This record gives sequence, structure tokens and C-alpha cells, in this order.
Amino acid sequence: MLSKQQARAFFLGGTLVTFLIFIGLTIYSFSDGNDQTNYENITEQVVRGKVIWEENNCMGCHTILGEGAYYAPELTKVIERRGEGYVKAVLMTPVPWAPNDRKMVAYGFSEEEAMDVIAFFNWIGEIDLNGFDRIVSPLAKDKQLTNN
Amino acid sequence: MKYKSQKVAYWFFALSMLLLVLQITYGFIMGFARIGMDGLHEFIPFNTARAVHTNLLVVWLLSGFMGAAYYIIPEEAQRELVSVKLAYVQLISLAAVGVAAIVGYHFNWWEGRKFLEIPRQLDYLVVLNVLLFLALILLTLFKGKRKTTTALVLTMGLLFAALLYIPGMLPFDSQVTDSFFRWWVVHLWVEGVWELIMGGILAFLLIKLTGVDREVIEKWLYVIVGLTFLSGVLGTGHHYYYIGVNKIWLIVGGIFSALEPLAFLAMALFAVNMYRKGEKKHPNKIALFWTLGAAIVSFVGAGLLGFAHTLPQTNLYTHGTLVTAMHGHLAFWGAYAMIVLAIISYSLPNMTGRKFYDGVRGRVAFWTANIGMIGMTMAFGVAGVAQVYLERKFGMEFMAVQKEISIHFVVLIICASLFAVGILTYIYDFYKHGRPTDEALETVESTYL
Repeated sequence: MLSKQQARAFFLGGTLVTFLIFIGLTIYSFSDGNDQTNYENITEQVVRGKVIWEENNCMGCHTILGEGAYYAPELTKVIERRGEGYVKAVLMTPVPWAPNDRKMVAYGFSEEEAMDVIAFFNWIGEIDLNGFDRIVSPLAKDKQLTNN
Repeated sequence: MKYKSQKVAYWFFALSMLLLVLQITYGFIMGFARIGMDGLHEFIPFNTARAVHTNLLVVWLLSGFMGAAYYIIPEEAQRELVSVKLAYVQLISLAAVGVAAIVGYHFNWWEGRKFLEIPRQLDYLVVLNVLLFLALILLTLFKGKRKTTTALVLTMGLLFAALLYIPGMLPFDSQVTDSFFRWWVVHLWVEGVWELIMGGILAFLLIKLTGVDREVIEKWLYVIVGLTFLSGVLGTGHHYYYIGVNKIWLIVGGIFSALEPLAFLAMALFAVNMYRKGEKKHPNKIALFWTLGAAIVSFVGAGLLGFAHTLPQTNLYTHGTLVTAMHGHLAFWGAYAMIVLAIISYSLPNMTGRKFYDGVRGRVAFWTANIGMIGMTMAFGVAGVAQVYLERKFGMEFMAVQKEISIHFVVLIICASLFAVGILTYIYDFYKHGRPTDEALETVESTYL
């Protein structure tokens, strides 16, 4: 029968081994050749867009890369789906945008800020998402089918 | 209660109850917004309500864990807390930071990173607060007469939870890396170190409530937390399938996530078996309900419902939908909320001397809250699955789908009302226990271990 010492060794040993593998896999997935995060295409404008994204807690309603609050649309392929003009209008409007009666906060961004957010969306749209991009955006899905 | 300083726990639990009520209130604001009743939009838009709802959850659970530690550690270490005064300082500063963060969310002062919305400036105060808490607990433990496995596992959980907060404070330019390391905090908390805390509290309660030999309970505690880490650490991979990192996580996350329910199953079997084995049953039936309930509901909510969408093939369609909210609600309720309510139910009569061990209020609270939460989970589940099919399979527009599924949020609100009645009954019972008193010292405990 298992003794308390053996049980403790199982816990400590198992934890240490899995954590080391976890660190190893983290290093592996960010190493050259395996990294698919689209990091090389980040510009200062994209970073400014990300800051605006965070400062206004956009994730508190929308989702991006499938993460967020499921109250407002997924924005991973939003530029491809809606076009820059539409997105810019939503970001800059001084009255709450309310398609189908669900209101968005009226942020009234300046044109420059809106373009920063759009640059951020464009950068997000180029990431290799292991197939999720095709599921999340009907437009992207159609494009994929035509290519095949 | 064996030591006067254990009374500190009462005030942490009271703070927990207050924050829980607020959390539910903001939940209702979101529920109503989803069926089009968003009159508060101008003052409390959905993203504010959402950040407040999830952060209050984290803070009330942490306050509950801290209260549990202040109650359990003196008893396990067999000495008074090193400083009661500093424990109150820690309580007040925790409440102050929590309130500042929540008020700030109403004024667009946040970081906008899911679950870790607390602004950077307040992050440092959180760190200070947790360091003070850990210092008090660790000093008490090391100066104590004995160092039990239960106390060590609980303390280890609290210590690692503090350490794992750090990756969440690192700044990143890339949304992908940001998200990657955010899960180091969120996932490794809830599917890792918080389970050490849960395991520690569960072991303490089982020792007290069933009378089974400490050595037996603590041996299995090691096995269970071992299984948790073995599956949970690499199980983090299920958050990495579709956020822009390497495909290796599809395999690793898929395999280890499939093992995660086993750890929860082991915990449920452990709790039920210890209860069956126990010969010296404690009269506090309500505490026993919550303890066994936590072990069983966490298996269903965290284990089974988690597994329902962690296979990469399923997650491809469910990622970023209400299916996640279905799992999230029952998992947090079963694994963490119920264990905090269990330790409160156990310790309250011991601190106040009022032995409402098997009252009607306690039973009503347990069943109403649980039935309400299961109903809520089902409402989220139906809405989520419908969303997956309509949006992801048939390519319907997001808002068109939201209109189709809004009826499930009416059901959600009805079930949430039932849940709220259960929680309010629990809190009324809490209030009826009165204040902690030194007269309660050793009244119950002397007969039970």
C-alpha cells in the first residue's frame, strides 16, 4: 500500500517534472521557426492600438483571438469582415453605436486613435490561429473555400 | 475554536459575504443587459459590470481563503497567530484595494485584460497586502508546535498563488504573448495552486467532520494534489490552441486536459469515501453538506463540463462562446465558492458559540443556491451550444444569433434569482450566528480531535 512518503514524492516529483516540461514547451513555441505570433509585423501604431484596446477594456464586451466577454462580436477578422470605413465610424461616433439595440460605449476617438486600433486589428488578422480564423469569420471561411 | 486569534477569520468571511452580494448584483445587471434591459448603460456599461463581476469573485474567494488560513493555521500549528493587529491591518487594506479597484472600473481606470483588470498601480498594493498575509501565516506556522501536511499544502497553495501573480504584471507588446502569460496566472491559479488551497481546506474539514485518521486523509491529499498538477500544468495548453501559438499545444493541451477530470474525480471519491469511513461524525451537518458538495460539484463543473470543450476539435467551435461561461460558473461555484462556504459553515458555530448545526435555514440555503446555479449553468449551456451552431456552423451574424438566444437569458435570470435567494438565506444565517466571542473557546473542539 502507498505510504505517505511515496504520496509526497509523487506530488513533488510530478509537479517538478510537468512544470519543467511546461517551461520547455514555452521556450519551444516562442523560438525561431516555431513562433507563429506574427511578432515581426508589430509596429508602433499596433502597440498604440493595443494600449487603447486595453485602456478601454474592449475585452469586457467583445472577444479577440476568442477571448473576452461574448457580449459583442469577435473582432479577430473584423477588418476583413466589415472594412476599415465601418470600423472607423464605430470608433469615432459621438453617440452610442447600437446595432440590433445592443449599445456600445460611444468612445468618440480621434481619427489617429481610430487608425491605431485599426492597425491593431489588421495585425491580429494576420496571425496564424491554427484554423480558428476560418471558423470565426464567415468571410475568411469563404475565402478559404475559394482557394481550395 | 481553540485559539482566540482564530476570530480574525470571521471578519474576512464577513467581507466575503458582502462582496458576494455585490458580485451577484452585477451579474444581474449583465443578465438584464443581455435581454435588452440596459437602462444602466450610461453609468455601468457591460464591460464595467463584467470586470466588477469577475474581480469581485476573485476578491471574495481570496478573502475567504485568507479567512480559512487564519482559522486553520493556528489550530494546525497549535499556537496563536503571531499578530492579530497586523491581520486586521491586512483585512482593511485588502478591502480598501478591492473597493478602489471596483470604483475605478466605473471611471475607465483598468487594464482591460480579462480577469486581471486591476490597474498596475493597485497591483503593487495587492502584492504588499499578500506579502503581509503570507508573512503572518508563515511565521505562525514556523513558530508553531507542529507542521501538518494540511497546513503545509494550504500554505504552499497561498504562497504559489502569490508568486504566480507576477507573470500577469509583465508588460508585452504582443496581444498573443500577453494572453499567453495571462493564462500563467489565471489557469495556473484556478487549475493549479488554488486547488492546493481547496485541497488543504477540504482535508482540514474532512479531518474535523469525519474523524478519519489524519495520516490517511493527508496521504490521499498528496495523491490528489499530485494528480491535479500532473494534469493541470500542461493542461494550460487548452488555452493556447487558437490564440496564435504553435500547434504543439493542440496535442499537449488535448492530452493533459483530458486527464484533468480524473483529478477532480479522485477528489470527489476521496471526500465521499472518507465520509463513509468516518466513525466519529461531527454534528455540523450543514458544513458536511457544503464540504461533500464542493468535492462533487467541482467534479461536474470543473472536471466534466471543462472536458466538454477542451478537446481541440470541439474547442475550435466553442472557443470564445457562451459555452465557456457555462463551464466557468459551475466550476468556480463547485470548486471554490462551495469550499469557502463549507469552511464558513464549519467555523462560524465554533467562533460564535451558536451551534446552528442542522437548521432549516442552512439546508434551504444549500439546496436553493445549488439548484439555482445548476439551472444557470444549463441556461448558459443551451445558449452557448445554440450560439456555436448558428454562428460558427451556419455563419449567422453575431447580433442575429444573440437575438435568437436571448430567451435563454430570461431562464438564466429566473435561475439566478433562485440562486440569489439561496445565498441571501446563507448570509442571513451567517448574521444570525452573531459575533465571534472568546466564550466560544474550546466548546466544541475538545470532543473532536
